[in-house]
Amino acid sequence: MSGKETILSLDRLGVRLPRGADRTHALRDVSLEIASNEILCVVGESGSGKSMMANAVMRLLPNEVTIGSGRVMFEGRDLCAASVAEMREVRGAGIAMIFQEPMTALNPLRTIGDQIAEMFSIHTGLSKAEINTRVLALLADVRIPDPKVAARAYPHELSGGQRQRAMIAMALALDPKLLIADEPTTALDVTTQAQILKLIRDLQQRRKTAVMFITHDFGVVAEIADRVGVMQHGVIVEQGTASDVLHHPQHAYTKQLIAAVPPLKAPPPRALAADNILTITDVSKTYRTGGFLGRGARVTPAVKNVSLNLPRGATLGIVGESGSGKSTLARCIVRLIDPDAGSIVLDGSDWAKMPREEVRRETRHIQMVFQDPFASLNPRRKAAELVAQGPIVHGTPRAEAIADAKELFSLVGLDPSSADRYPHEFSGGQRQRIGLARALALKPEVLVADEPVSALDVSVQAQVLKLLAELRARLGLSIVFITHDLRVAAQICDLVAVMKDGAVVEHGLAGEVFGNPQHPYTQALLDSIPGGEFAREHDTTAV
Amino acid sequence: MDAVKRYFRSPAAVAGLILLLIVIAMAVSAGWLYPRDPLALAGRPLVWPFSNPRFLLGTDNSGRDIAAQIFYGARISLLIGGVATAIAILIGILVGAFAGYYGGWVDNVLMRITEAFQTLPNFVLLLVLVAVFGSTLTTVTIAVGVVSWPAPARLTRAEFLSLRNREFVQAGRTLGMKNIQLIFGEILPNALPPVIVYASVVMAVAILLESALAFLRLSDPNVASWGNLIGLGRDVLRVQWYVSAIPGIAILVTVLAVSLVGQGLNDALNPRLKGR
Amino acid sequence: MRILGLAGRRLAASIPTLILILIGVFLLLQFAPGDTVDAMMAQMGGGDAATAKELRKFYGLDLSIPAQLGNYLWRLVRLDLGFSSIYGKPVSSVIIERLPPTILLMTASLSFAFFFGLVFGVIAARGVNRWPDTLISTLGLIFYATPSFWFGLMAIVVFSVYLQWLPPGGFEDIGTVRTGIWRVLDIASHLVLPTLTLGLIFLAIYLRIMRASMLEVLNLDYVRTARAKGLDETRVVTRHVLRNALLPMVTLIGLQAGTMLGGSVVVESVFSLPGLGRLAYESVVQRDLNTLLGIVFVSALLVISVNFVVDLIYARLDPRITAGG
Repeated sequence: MSGKETILSLDRLGVRLPRGADRTHALRDVSLEIASNEILCVVGESGSGKSMMANAVMRLLPNEVTIGSGRVMFEGRDLCAASVAEMREVRGAGIAMIFQEPMTALNPLRTIGDQIAEMFSIHTGLSKAEINTRVLALLADVRIPDPKVAARAYPHELSGGQRQRAMIAMALALDPKLLIADEPTTALDVTTQAQILKLIRDLQQRRKTAVMFITHDFGVVAEIADRVGVMQHGVIVEQGTASDVLHHPQHAYTKQLIAAVPPLKAPPPRALAADNILTITDVSKTYRTGGFLGRGARVTPAVKNVSLNLPRGATLGIVGESGSGKSTLARCIVRLIDPDAGSIVLDGSDWAKMPREEVRRETRHIQMVFQDPFASLNPRRKAAELVAQGPIVHGTPRAEAIADAKELFSLVGLDPSSADRYPHEFSGGQRQRIGLARALALKPEVLVADEPVSALDVSVQAQVLKLLAELRARLGLSIVFITHDLRVAAQICDLVAVMKDGAVVEHGLAGEVFGNPQHPYTQALLDSIPGGEFAREHDTTAV
Repeated sequence: MDAVKRYFRSPAAVAGLILLLIVIAMAVSAGWLYPRDPLALAGRPLVWPFSNPRFLLGTDNSGRDIAAQIFYGARISLLIGGVATAIAILIGILVGAFAGYYGGWVDNVLMRITEAFQTLPNFVLLLVLVAVFGSTLTTVTIAVGVVSWPAPARLTRAEFLSLRNREFVQAGRTLGMKNIQLIFGEILPNALPPVIVYASVVMAVAILLESALAFLRLSDPNVASWGNLIGLGRDVLRVQWYVSAIPGIAILVTVLAVSLVGQGLNDALNPRLKGR
Repeated sequence: MRILGLAGRRLAASIPTLILILIGVFLLLQFAPGDTVDAMMAQMGGGDAATAKELRKFYGLDLSIPAQLGNYLWRLVRLDLGFSSIYGKPVSSVIIERLPPTILLMTASLSFAFFFGLVFGVIAARGVNRWPDTLISTLGLIFYATPSFWFGLMAIVVFSVYLQWLPPGGFEDIGTVRTGIWRVLDIASHLVLPTLTLGLIFLAIYLRIMRASMLEVLNLDYVRTARAKGLDETRVVTRHVLRNALLPMVTLIGLQAGTMLGGSVVVESVFSLPGLGRLAYESVVQRDLNTLLGIVFVSALLVISVNFVVDLIYARLDPRITAGG
């Protein structure tokens, strides 16, 4: 290759798992090369072994997980055979690493500046003053607004994006030859993610660093990768240049993953009913926290004067980043939270002003599906019981409710014979189906879905969305769909409302909001979608 | 069950269980092995252990059989430990559950009371209770239970605080469940395992508290309690130290057994923490 | 300053707790069979009903219970704890005389338990599931299960009766008058066994907590970050693990302060130390309820001040505390 030297090469690397794990190897015969000045994206779904590979290169594997075979060549030596002391010299100075969750990856009890300075104090003999100037220069380099203040700050005093910038500054402190980035933007909002991706790209080009970028998101791959390796069950199934893999995938698994990426274009609009089943008018909710005798009280307006309509049989998407108030609004609609003001009219009765006891009795009209398939099911109840709980509470005899629950199982695509199992025996996608069945057991007219697919892998995501669309048609459901992912919203929603800081900044038909966004924030959100170009092209190829 | 299998895989947990079974066996067989009143005069005072086959563990300063007192003492320790623990855990769960679930002023009031109980040294409160209500077996047991509930209450509250906003509880609420159903049907079963494990700590402390009280001669003098015997042996400590030593070992073994069982339960119920 | 403000607010919040305790215990003591006057009469070897009535009137015991409670609280505000009929002087001076041995004993035991708990906890966590860990954890369990008064008695048998290294009891040698450094050494030698006895169970608790919290922190993400930076294991522990792992230990000191004070009742009785704990025991036996109530008040104050110091230390260690509150 022209002017590029190989920085790291993995040669038939195998990583063995301890006995008793669900398989013997986390990685099998993994061979990869990364050259200077390139970004290699390693893509795979959860459990594919991609993070294990990053940790194996750094020799930071968990106890009892061992490198079984192969070599990791870096700067002419095999890291698998390096001594502990040699490895310490490589870590940080030769190969640096950034992680998914910048909040937990930084020591909460030490300042940002102190933690970056540690890089220099371990690996160099620079003076205190010299280190200090270097730290400030690095923080300026990653474009943190006020480096002096940031250096004195503790991690909890910075925002998520700034923490990740600080992590990057720390990783690049000693100009490492290779940067390993393990899902560095997954925990961030989409606009922050776009900024961090751009920052990594810029710094990489300026410093000619080699980057191994681990991600599950093909959008991110399209945005940032020079070359791509696709991983499944600990094996690299396909690798090549980014454009080859994205546009001409060879392996069936790669094709499947790319096909599951939701296209960023709304399907043709459906005819909407003229009457509204749910009318939300001027709903507000303000949180008041802390404060002893009025001192130190903090007032956070979470939802500000939101008015929205949901036509019968339609799906209304509420889109926004974290802290936009979308989840609070969803919880106000089902009265998990009492709104301070406004009305929520469902079938003629005002849900917002109903007394608690009446809400409890009327709750079968409106049901909710939750985000986390692990936390939303009581681990101590069997699946059938979970689904039957609602009808039992409302007076259906137990045996009848359980029998009904088993029928619902087939409706949501689960095997009715699995109804006697406990939640932990199901996969994430299956649990989300149980959650759906539980909500449907009360035969609601409106379903409020709070990020129902965010915790799922892309391929599973697509299946659950498809199921939701089918059920909507079959049962005549009206759905309020909360999501942070515009691509998901584009797929299923008829109407979209974009929320920012508790207020709706734009709403309308999905096709119009995505095709011709009016508000600058909506435009910024759409521009921030990683691999936007690819997503649009991908849509045309998919049709 | 996995948890049972995991429990029996740990040698310490198995050892604890065996020790505990031995103590229970002693308590059960006491009346059969020593049909006579253990506090009645049996022979010459201060017979050294193993010197007379009639009194395997010797006799105390008033000529009572030490072995009989040890066997009957197992009854008292287990009885007081068990009942006091049940009282403490019950109060603790109720207070903790309501404080953690409702929050706000309910939490404030209940936690103030809990704090008051924790600020007052538990043994001093125990002394006050015994001074007021006297030292019969019943009052001592209740008093030990009453001074032991704050820690389980805090633990239950912490569990409830972390569980009450879990999505499965919110789901229960959207299904139309009542607060009582949510507290006892949904949250409590999930909050219970750490509290049950903690019960072993409460029981260990309860046994130690009662024995300390008995040692100070503030517990029921009319029952054969290990603490009583240690207190008695104190008068002849310089030479016949065995009178105090033997019941102490019995307490140590019992408390050790309870702790080991508790730790074994903990490791079996929370497997992810094991071996780290 | 923010730290002081925070701790100050915690201190203010403990005033209702203190009042709650006093009212609770005061009312509780009304159920006690016999009052101070009965105890006094018994002390004097009996007396007629007229004298008793006179005395009750003198001490305000003929008033209604709410009025007595009000009187008591009002006197407390002026730091008047009432009069001990048994000792024949004000309760406050009785307690102040007895305070130094208890405070010395608690400080010594706490330092002993904290220091060795920390060291052994770290050693056990560093060699987890290997022999040092097994040994330390086993010893910890045994220490935890040992009744402190029994350990004290056995220590007396071994170290005072057989080896004759250390005195079997008392606060200092009364037979000879010592001054300066010699007196300090004499008191120290009297406190060695009580300190070990009281500290043993806390040593066991601290080492267990320290081990668990070290193991937990060692698994956190930022420790992986520290290793990825190229830090060696010693520096990972000293710079990134220790301070974070200390937080639960520090919290525990506050929570256990009351337990420790309670433990000193027994230990002071075993070693005949003229401290607050022994006073509590004596006042129960002699039915000196005024003194008992005074001890309740003072021990609650002690526990609250320990917690105040713990709050300060905690806030110093963890910057997140002062940020949001």
